[in-house]
Order: sequence, then structure tokens, then C-alpha cells
Amino acid sequence: MRALYRGVLKRELALAFQHRAELVQPLMFMLMVVTLFPLGIGPGPETLQRIGPGVIWIAAILSSLLGMERLFREDFQDGSLEQLMLSGLPVSLIAAIKVFTHWLVSTGPLLIMSPLLAMFLNLTLDMYVALLLTLLLGTPLLSFVGAIAVGLTVGVQRGGILLALLLIPVFIPLLIFATSAVDSAALQLPYLPQLAIIGAMLLLAIAVSPFAIAYSLRVSQN
Amino acid sequence: MWKWLHPYAKTERAYQLCQILQPWFWAGALLCLAVGTVWGLAFAPQDYQQGDSFRIIYIHVPSAILSMSTYVAMAVAAVVGLVWQWRTAFMAMIAMAPVGAVMTFIALFTGAAWGKPMWGAWWVWDARLTSELILLFLYLGVIALYGAFDDKLQGGKAAGVMALVGVVNVPIIHYSVEWWNTLHQGATISKFDKPSIAPEMLWPLLLNLLGFALFIAAVTVMRMRNEIILREMQRPWVKAMADKAEGDRHAV
Amino acid sequence: MTGLVATSLTCIKRDRVLFENLNLQLQTGELMYLRGPNGAGKTSLLRLLTGLSMPEAGEVTFNHAPVQHSESQFYRQSIYLGHKSGLSSALSALDNLTYWCAQHQVTVTESQIVNVLDVVGVTGLEDIPVAMLSAGQQRRVALARLWLKPARFWVLDEPFTALDTAGVALLETTFKKHVDEGGAIITTSHQPLSARAGTHRYFDLEYRF
Repeated sequence: MRALYRGVLKRELALAFQHRAELVQPLMFMLMVVTLFPLGIGPGPETLQRIGPGVIWIAAILSSLLGMERLFREDFQDGSLEQLMLSGLPVSLIAAIKVFTHWLVSTGPLLIMSPLLAMFLNLTLDMYVALLLTLLLGTPLLSFVGAIAVGLTVGVQRGGILLALLLIPVFIPLLIFATSAVDSAALQLPYLPQLAIIGAMLLLAIAVSPFAIAYSLRVSQN
Repeated sequence: MWKWLHPYAKTERAYQLCQILQPWFWAGALLCLAVGTVWGLAFAPQDYQQGDSFRIIYIHVPSAILSMSTYVAMAVAAVVGLVWQWRTAFMAMIAMAPVGAVMTFIALFTGAAWGKPMWGAWWVWDARLTSELILLFLYLGVIALYGAFDDKLQGGKAAGVMALVGVVNVPIIHYSVEWWNTLHQGATISKFDKPSIAPEMLWPLLLNLLGFALFIAAVTVMRMRNEIILREMQRPWVKAMADKAEGDRHAV
Repeated sequence: MTGLVATSLTCIKRDRVLFENLNLQLQTGELMYLRGPNGAGKTSLLRLLTGLSMPEAGEVTFNHAPVQHSESQFYRQSIYLGHKSGLSSALSALDNLTYWCAQHQVTVTESQIVNVLDVVGVTGLEDIPVAMLSAGQQRRVALARLWLKPARFWVLDEPFTALDTAGVALLETTFKKHVDEGGAIITTSHQPLSARAGTHRYFDLEYRF
């Protein structure tokens, strides 16, 4: 455990600190995508409130896809990943820690922007609370599932668009449940069932995906 | 108990098996499709509500069912490949992918065409059509991932992992989309105990289903032979076979 | 058979058979020099030996257990250095090696790492990002791992790349010292090893069509 903490977690955070300028880019991307919608559709407060949850979630998915490639790419290219895999530490645990820190520094900060976006799109307080909860449960799900595809495409030249092609269909159920939770909140209906489903998917992903990520990294090392 | 299967991990044996199976699959497929389609289109009774336009189910339903089953079959092949390290299993999986994608496309196309007289629009965001569309995306993702690799062995493994991720997702997608939008007619074919479809309509449908399945098998087996030859071009056994074929042609 | 043993390995890359039924044994006190033309599969063989990639057929064992299994303890007793340096360019040499030692469960102090960097000839550069170092200096930082981790089995893929003559000499004498102390090395190189490296055994890979 100490080796994982001192060798992997601290290293990830140090690397993230070195690349802090790049980490802001997905955030700015998300902000700009959301800004496009009122401009393209019209600023009517009711329309915006109607499409708001979907817009925010689609922007979150797209911007997390944009930042996801960084998860293994550099470590793969400079050979740090093979040294990590030869350290004798379980590759699945290494993968889980890398995904977690990536979420913490890159996808998680999307949550910070959510109040601003909710204001832009005229969401009510109830809707905002539901949105925040779905983002809190849903963005780690994006990271854990996405990491499998990142591990598979890490050895492929120009894997960026391919990554999106692989992952967008997989993220559709999350989009459906998350937006419907916010819609329910708008109608003052209970949205716990949707949250529970997202939570269940997250737990499944946390339990299974580290092994899938480890295998996909092994395939990429071949 | 699975020992008898192991020789087929070798490409040469798998090729021979494909060669033997191919004519049988083709014969069965053509027979079933011919009988089923003629029966269904010309002799089955009209639907009392939809008239003749219901007859598209003889293509739509088999292709929709088999697009899903082909994806599951790909996942099974991927599991075999990942667990026992069989190269041929990944080849079979890759051979199936475009066939399944085409089936999905046929299901979507016929579904849209059916939708025109039914709902008055070519495309309606109905639950099943939407799941089929997402399934098509999943197929295209697997094919694109395989295509991105230069090392086809590695590409096969990667595509296999993605197919497994997809197959875990297919039921989730299916039920989430269904829940998202419930517009379609109820399931008609799986209720065997209380059939809501007349038997004289059902039989040609089942024949066509079998015909489509055999057709998919036949094309898959053909594509697999191609894949094996293409990738093993440099191997002695392929060269020997090519020389023999060449010799036969000269003999004629 | 103890040591690192490969039995009837088959490796297929891009649907080309690189080698089939390859047997190899590396014992302690031995320096094995892997020779072969470009594309013969030297790197592939070394990666198979470390368990980084999976063979098409055959197995690699270390002390009777498969290398990837934790019971073989292979990763505790081995170092692999490949073409890639394994150094993050944004981090300094000192940070890179500190994290590497933590991952490989080697306890070292900062001054020990600085001393080793001194030995490999990268003095006073331990605090700047690795990206700022020259190719030769980066290679030296990567090689510093050989001094840091007390591992008996060294698997080295072209370790002499980008090194100057002094660096080559240092590495070769280190090879001899390591083998004399009961270590085992398998290495590839395009230049033949000189007498400084001590006695070594050749293992030839041929290019197959």
C-alpha cells in the first residue's frame, strides 16, 4: 500500500501539477459548448430550462472525452507505464489509482463549474441539486469506463476521435438516467431511483473496470 | 470436455472446418430464405389492421433479432479468445462484426420503411429503433478499433475487449432506451404460450429467422476464410494450398 | 532449473512468426549477449522474458513459477530497461528515480540517489526536468536504476544507445562486476561487447521470412 501511495498516487499528483495548464482546457471547453446552445437555440428561459440538463450532461461527456486521452498516453510513450507494470504491484490497482487521480484533477473540476452553467441555463435550485448529484456519481463512471477504451487505444496513432467513437454509445444510458433525474426534480418528483441506478452502474464499473483496464494495457504492451 | 475443440485454435484446422461448413450453410440459408420469403410475402394472410405493409416483418424481425445475437456471438468468441488465447476466435469475431453491422442496418432501414405507413414519418425516435441505432454504433466502434491497429492480432484482442464492454452495455442500453421511450407495439413473437401472432404468419417468420441465421453463418465462414488466408499468406500451409490450386487449374 | 527459463516460446508479430519453439535459460553468474539483425525479434524476446507481453505459445518461468505470478518474485529481483527511458519528461531526474524506487519497493534516501547520479555522470542536473537533458544524459539517468535496485537479473534492451565512450566503458565494467558478484544479465546491442564486459555467451536470433 505504501508503494502505491508513494510511487503511484504522489507521482500522479506531481505530474498533474506540472501539467496544470492543460487540465483547465476541458473546463473551458465545457463552458464554451454550453454557451453555444443559448446562442444557437435562442435565449428563452423556458426553452433553456427544458434543454439545460441534457446540454450540461452532453458537454460534460464531450469534455471528459477530450481530457481522457491524457490518462495513459504520456506514460505509455515515455515507457513509465512499462516500468510501473514491472514493479510487481498489481496492475489493476495501479490503474484504479491512476483513474481516480485523473478524475480528481481533470473530470472532477467540472463539478466546480456546474453552478455557473446552471445559472446560464436557468435551472431551478431543485434541478441544480439533482444535477450536482448526478454529476458527482456520473463523472467517475465516465472515467472508469472510459479508461478501458483509453487503455486499448493508447498504442494507436491518432486515437482521439476513435476514443470518442468507442465511448459515446457506451455512455448513452448514463445520459438518459442523469437527465431524467434532473427532469424529475424539475417536476418535484422523486429522483432517487435514477440516482440509485447511476450509483449501481458506478459500483459495477469500480469493481470490474480495473481488471479490464489492466488487461487492455497488457494488450497495448504487446 | 472441450478438448475436441482445441485443434481448431490452429488456423489451418479452422480453415478446413470453414471450408466444410460453408456449402451447407449456403444451401440451408438459400432454401429457408426462399421458402420463408415466398410464403411470407405471397401466401401468409393479410394483417387485419396493417394490410400488406406488415409483411416487412419477414425481413425486419429476423434481422433485428439476429443483429443482437450476432453481437452476443462476437462477445462469446471474444471470451474464448481471451481465456484460451486462441487467435482463430478473434478472427471469427472480426469476421462477424461487419455482417452484424449490416444486419443492424437492414433492421434500421426496414424499421424506418415500416414506420412511414405506420407513423407517417421515416424516422421516429421509437425505443427499439433507437437501441438498434446505438447497436450499430457499437458495431462500428469495434470495426473501427480493429481497423486502427497495424498488428491484427493485437487489434483482435482490443476489439474483443471492446465487444465485451459493449455486450455488458447492450441490456443496459436496451432497457434504458425502452424506459426512455415506450411507444412501440408490444413484443409479439416471444409470447409462445399465448400467441398474439397467427400461426400461418409465424411459420414463415421462423423459417426466415433460421434462413437469416444460416446466411450470417455462411458469410461469416467465408469472411473468416478470407481473413485466415490474408493473414497467413506467408505460412507454408497456405503456400502449399495455393500451389495445389494452381496445379489443379493447369490440369484442367 | 532455476533462474530465468523460457520453454518453447513462439512469438507472432503482425502475423509474421518471429521465432518458434525457442528455448533459453539464464543462470546467475552469466552474461548473455543476444544477437540478431533488425526485425529478428530481440526486443520482442526480451519483453516476453519479463512478462510484459504474452507469448503465442510456450512459457517463461522464474524459479519454477511463471514470471507474472507473484510467487516467482521475479519483479523483486529484476530490472528491465527498454528502448524507452521510462522517465517522465516533466519531472526531474531525482523525482523520477524517487517514484521509481517507491514503485519497486526499494528504500533509498535522496542523498543515495544523488550519489548514484554522480556515479553515472549526471552531476548537478538532478533538479531540472528530464526533458531538458540530452539523450545521453537521459539514458544515464535511466541506467542509474541498475545501481539503485539490488536486483540480480538485468534485462537490458540496447543499453548502450546514445552513450559516449566513457559511458560505454562504465556500463561494461559494471556488467563484469555484476556478473562476478553472482548477477545475471541478458542484453542486446549493435556493437560487440568489448573485453571489459568479461566473458559472455552468445544467443543468436535469425531473421525469418
